[in-house]
Amino acid sequence: MDAIIYSLPFLMNGLGVTLLVSAIVVALSLVIGVLLGIGLIYGPWPLRWLIRLLSDCIRGIPILVLIFVVYYGLPPLGLNLSSFWAAVLALTVFKSAHVIEYVRGAVTSIPRGQMEAGMAIGLIFPQRLRYVILPQAMRRFLPPWLNGVTDAVKGSALVSLLGVVDLMQAINQVIGRTYEPLPLYVLGALMYFAINYSLSTLSKVLERRYSYIRE
Amino acid sequence: MTATNLLQIDKLSKSFAENQVLKSIDLSVAAGEVVSVIGPSGSGKTTLLRCVNFLEVYDGGSIQIDGREVGYVDTSSRKRRGEVDLAGMRAETGMVFQSFNLFPHLTAEQNVMLGLRRVRKKPLKEAREIAQHWLSRVGLSHKADALPSELSGGQQQRVGIARAVAMDPKILLLDEITSALDPELVNEVLDVVRQLAVDGMTMLMVTHEIAFARDASHRIVFMADGLVSAQGKPDDLMAEVATNERLRNFLSRFSATAH
Amino acid sequence: MAGSMGYQLSFNQIWTNFDKLAEGLLLSLGLAFISILIGAIIGLVLAIWYVSAGRVARTFISGYVEFIRNVPLLLLVYLVFYGLPTVVNISYSAPVSFVVTLSLYAGAYLVEVFRSGLDAVPKGLLDAGKAMGLTPWQRLLYVRLPTMTRITLPALSNTFISLFKDTSIASVIAVPELTYGAQWINNKTFRIVEVYAVTTVLYVVTGYAILFGLRLLERRFRVER
Repeated sequence: MDAIIYSLPFLMNGLGVTLLVSAIVVALSLVIGVLLGIGLIYGPWPLRWLIRLLSDCIRGIPILVLIFVVYYGLPPLGLNLSSFWAAVLALTVFKSAHVIEYVRGAVTSIPRGQMEAGMAIGLIFPQRLRYVILPQAMRRFLPPWLNGVTDAVKGSALVSLLGVVDLMQAINQVIGRTYEPLPLYVLGALMYFAINYSLSTLSKVLERRYSYIRE
Repeated sequence: MTATNLLQIDKLSKSFAENQVLKSIDLSVAAGEVVSVIGPSGSGKTTLLRCVNFLEVYDGGSIQIDGREVGYVDTSSRKRRGEVDLAGMRAETGMVFQSFNLFPHLTAEQNVMLGLRRVRKKPLKEAREIAQHWLSRVGLSHKADALPSELSGGQQQRVGIARAVAMDPKILLLDEITSALDPELVNEVLDVVRQLAVDGMTMLMVTHEIAFARDASHRIVFMADGLVSAQGKPDDLMAEVATNERLRNFLSRFSATAH
Repeated sequence: MAGSMGYQLSFNQIWTNFDKLAEGLLLSLGLAFISILIGAIIGLVLAIWYVSAGRVARTFISGYVEFIRNVPLLLLVYLVFYGLPTVVNISYSAPVSFVVTLSLYAGAYLVEVFRSGLDAVPKGLLDAGKAMGLTPWQRLLYVRLPTMTRITLPALSNTFISLFKDTSIASVIAVPELTYGAQWINNKTFRIVEVYAVTTVLYVVTGYAILFGLRLLERRFRVER
């Protein structure tokens, strides 16, 4: 038991890496996913086709395999990334594909009449997007996206398989010294639970704040 | 009503896949005139209206507002207007929708102000004054800060009208604006339209309110099967019932169900 | 950049070892299939229990669902395989341990699916059942469950596909499924790009083929709502 208590600072460092990986992945995938999502809905057909194909393929690959593909597959092609960045890149690609679908779902759920009303008062396309579509899409996008944030945190545990010392890897290393797997895995599970449960609670609060504007 | 027509539609045609909704429509509206379009459902009334501000792309014929071709650079070449040009033309035609289509994330006042701010580029203060003016004209000054979800159907539609007329359009298009309303809310909306007619607003409206069309419009157009089957001053049109069988059928069915 | 010049693609050794991938793929599908069956039983029992349960039971069910959903599957796999046998006197092989984990995991997601499915059964149907004089159990068996099954089919299909992808995590405890097969070939041949290219295609094609098949099946059972 003492060994576990002494290992707490080490676990906290791991937790920090987990949070860092998750934060980078969530931020990058948000930007990429929103841009590509809008491209998927309103872009010219070759772009739409390309984004649809990419998104479908990426979502069809297990995230673990995608991480290996990026980590082992890029160096022979001449691109060397550290295990940290390879993992972040793979998770970002994966997450972006999901954000694209959240965007598509959110935007296409807005009634056609909204776009038409914007046309009727003379707004040009970027204005209709900025003032009519996106503000409304925002609140439909938020719940699934916030749910997806917890997925990113959970997915980040896979970076441990590349040797990145995140929370998962830190736990395994402490177990390697103490030979007490059960208490440490339970402790680790509780730490992940604490992060994700607070995130999903936060998302419920945000959802409620945005839900007062129902048509 | 020849050279001075504000809206001039010639030989307008439009198909959805195999289905030719508009066959060859000729219709004109003079400045200050109120024209109602009636007819059985599926006769193409709404499509006609939506062609006038190019929400529907039409296949053949021509639509001109104030001498400018709608949607295309000119009548003959069929070259589409650019996005900015098209938006500019749409700003000249107000439209009120059957399902209101208010922006649910904006208050009543913000709904009216959006076009004034972003299309007309009015300063905030002026845009707000115009919005307040029109909201008070439709009797909703006290609801300026309400979201659409907090308004009744009739109130929402009145905001819809304020949003359209605040842009100071040359012509107002009204697409069955009372069909989605509970019966007791219809009159508050029609009263607003009546007032606009008195003020000289040019209007083209598709409606099922025959009685309203009779007393509020200068002219009624009866459409059937994608064609204008009859038109004239309300009383003249009603007199045509004797000779026009389709009109007779339509009106009799109507009075049987609605009254 | 020199590396990119020097690397020559060669699939020969992938094809000679293809049996590892083929067997791996079958095992992946098998693991996913068994897990969704057990998971569906867990999910259904808990969903029905939840609807009629008191507060304590509800808290217990929610606790299980929330715990599983908020913890990485990788950690759960380790916990069950390495952690549990140290305190409970059980020993099981890696595949069995993984099936236990994935079933519990699937169960947590399916509780929610079935719960909303039960809620989505139109009230009129239940009233009709009542009017016919069916007992509560009969209403559940003959009205609620069949209707719910049709409503939840799309979600079940999606869950199966994501479980199929999740089986790749079994490779970390050396279950010889598809990802493990890929790693095995890689260790032997160092044909890293080729083996992961083929593996990726296998996952994507199999996943979408199954999804396509399930969608056809759903269409046959579709219920108008």
